Amino acid sequence: MKRLLHNRLVVTGAGILVFLMILVMLGPIVVSSDPFEMNPLHRLEPPNSAYPLGTDYLGRCLLSRLLVAGRISLGTSVWVSVVILFSGLVVGLAAGLAGGRIEEIIMRLVDIFLALPSLVLTLAVIGVLGPSLESAITGICISWWPVYARLVRGMTLTAMAKPWVQAARISGTRGMRLIIRYILPQLAPPLLVLASLEMGTMILVFSGLSFLGLGAQAPTPEWGAMLNDARHFMQTTPHMMLAPGLAIFLSVLGFNLLGEGLRDALNVREMTEF
Amino acid sequence: MKSLIQRRLLMLIPTLVGISLLGFILLELMPGDATTLLMRRSAGEVTPEAIDNLRRELGLDRPWPVRYLRWVGRAVRLDFGTSFSSGEPVRREIFSRLPATLALALGAFTFMLTVTLPLGVLSALRKNQWPDHLIRVGAIVFHSVPAYWLGLLLLWVFALKLGLFRVVGQGAWQDLILPIVTLGSGMAAFYSRMTRERVIDVLEQDYIRLVYAKGLSRRILIFRHVLKNALLPLVTLWGMSFGYLLGGSVIVESVFSWPGVGKLVVDAILNRDHPVIQAYVVLMALIFISVNLIVDLVYPLLDPRLRPRRSAEAMEG
Repeated sequence: MKRLLHNRLVVTGAGILVFLMILVMLGPIVVSSDPFEMNPLHRLEPPNSAYPLGTDYLGRCLLSRLLVAGRISLGTSVWVSVVILFSGLVVGLAAGLAGGRIEEIIMRLVDIFLALPSLVLTLAVIGVLGPSLESAITGICISWWPVYARLVRGMTLTAMAKPWVQAARISGTRGMRLIIRYILPQLAPPLLVLASLEMGTMILVFSGLSFLGLGAQAPTPEWGAMLNDARHFMQTTPHMMLAPGLAIFLSVLGFNLLGEGLRDALNVREMTEF
Repeated sequence: MKSLIQRRLLMLIPTLVGISLLGFILLELMPGDATTLLMRRSAGEVTPEAIDNLRRELGLDRPWPVRYLRWVGRAVRLDFGTSFSSGEPVRREIFSRLPATLALALGAFTFMLTVTLPLGVLSALRKNQWPDHLIRVGAIVFHSVPAYWLGLLLLWVFALKLGLFRVVGQGAWQDLILPIVTLGSGMAAFYSRMTRERVIDVLEQDYIRLVYAKGLSRRILIFRHVLKNALLPLVTLWGMSFGYLLGGSVIVESVFSWPGVGKLVVDAILNRDHPVIQAYVVLMALIFISVNLIVDLVYPLLDPRLRPRRSAEAMEG
């Protein structure tokens, strides 16, 4: 713990994230204006006292939209990452522990998934389900878990080869007890690093899909979708695209700094490179 | 060696089957299938008999393995049917736009290499001094910037404010500069760090110390001995990255209105134009697989340790 607090990257990254989290959690309570309320008389206004960040093309308050959007952008990315890592963990562990034919089948399946660039597979899934927030989430989950399944399998094999794990197996430790007492503690540090970096990637991917109109749909506020609204008014009101872009950038930066810092502090460089 | 190639080619079979199943499923899951098609085609009345006729005409009444094999038969000839929205053959539509996307991806890849190599090497040679710190901070920052935001900012500054570029690309090479920078910068950030780490690893090896001891010049040392050994492990990663550039081009093409397949597929998804989506997915998969196959086959030629000499089988066993 002390080592973590001495790591500048961890502290900066965590600082940015805590700051954003407070904004997003408390912001909508403090800022009273309705993010959905349209005001045709105040379209595309620059920042002023009534609207601290100005208004969008429908006269909606950009600040309150930004804060509410944060809940969706960040919330979705976080739990999508959790789903991906968890499924990757389960499948990877199963492959690594089972070995033999089961491992072979699982890994071939993973290879097929990895034969497509993840984003292309995501687009395919969204193509089938039709563009919506739910399809974007489903698409991302389906396309990204194989990466982690493969990494976790590798880590599991390394963990199993450790002498104390072999000793435990010889003396009869099996099943869940083996996983929980001997394998998972070894996987936890690298997975923590990967989780942090993964959240950053997921924010980029999810907001990117919304930017393309394939994720969160109007009128739901989402950072990527807000950027998409803003681009059409770049010539007249360029300030519209600053805040949502900065919000995405800062959250990704926060997770990346945290992940990089954890990687140094926990000393798991080899295991987390891919 | 021979068995290595054989094994690599054999591994392609399940992958290709998987991809073809995906493409087939994409088309099968088309919402409303024949009815929608008929309505789009004729704009007239849709009677149950007309639907039945069309289903028979399209072979939709046959069991799925038959339909799958038919699909494969057509896909092998790159025949992906007609686009709903334009009424043109998908093949023509997608192939007329493919060069634009490939140019973008190749450009971004070249940009990535020209930025990455000098920065990575500099960073490694000045390890823990200010150029290294600067490059590492820059790498984390550029790794975190969303491409779509970076693209918009570049457009705003360089096209709108400074007037150096056109806002909407028309396919000329000048229009490609901003998209290339946008697409390549995130990856450049990632690889400058990778290059740094590899070069540092190699610099610590004994054989480099030997070269130092022999008194060779620093330039020969870096280019002949360090770079060659440091970059070799990156070649496979580069192959993978090309695929991510293809995927990433979807966003960049949309920002810059670049007329490539990425823009085509986004429009197709929004219009639920399944034949186009299916063709895009299959084609991207084929390109990605081919690039990685080429990388895997070329790799042994680059790495003397994997070159076939006496008997590769003996080494393997």
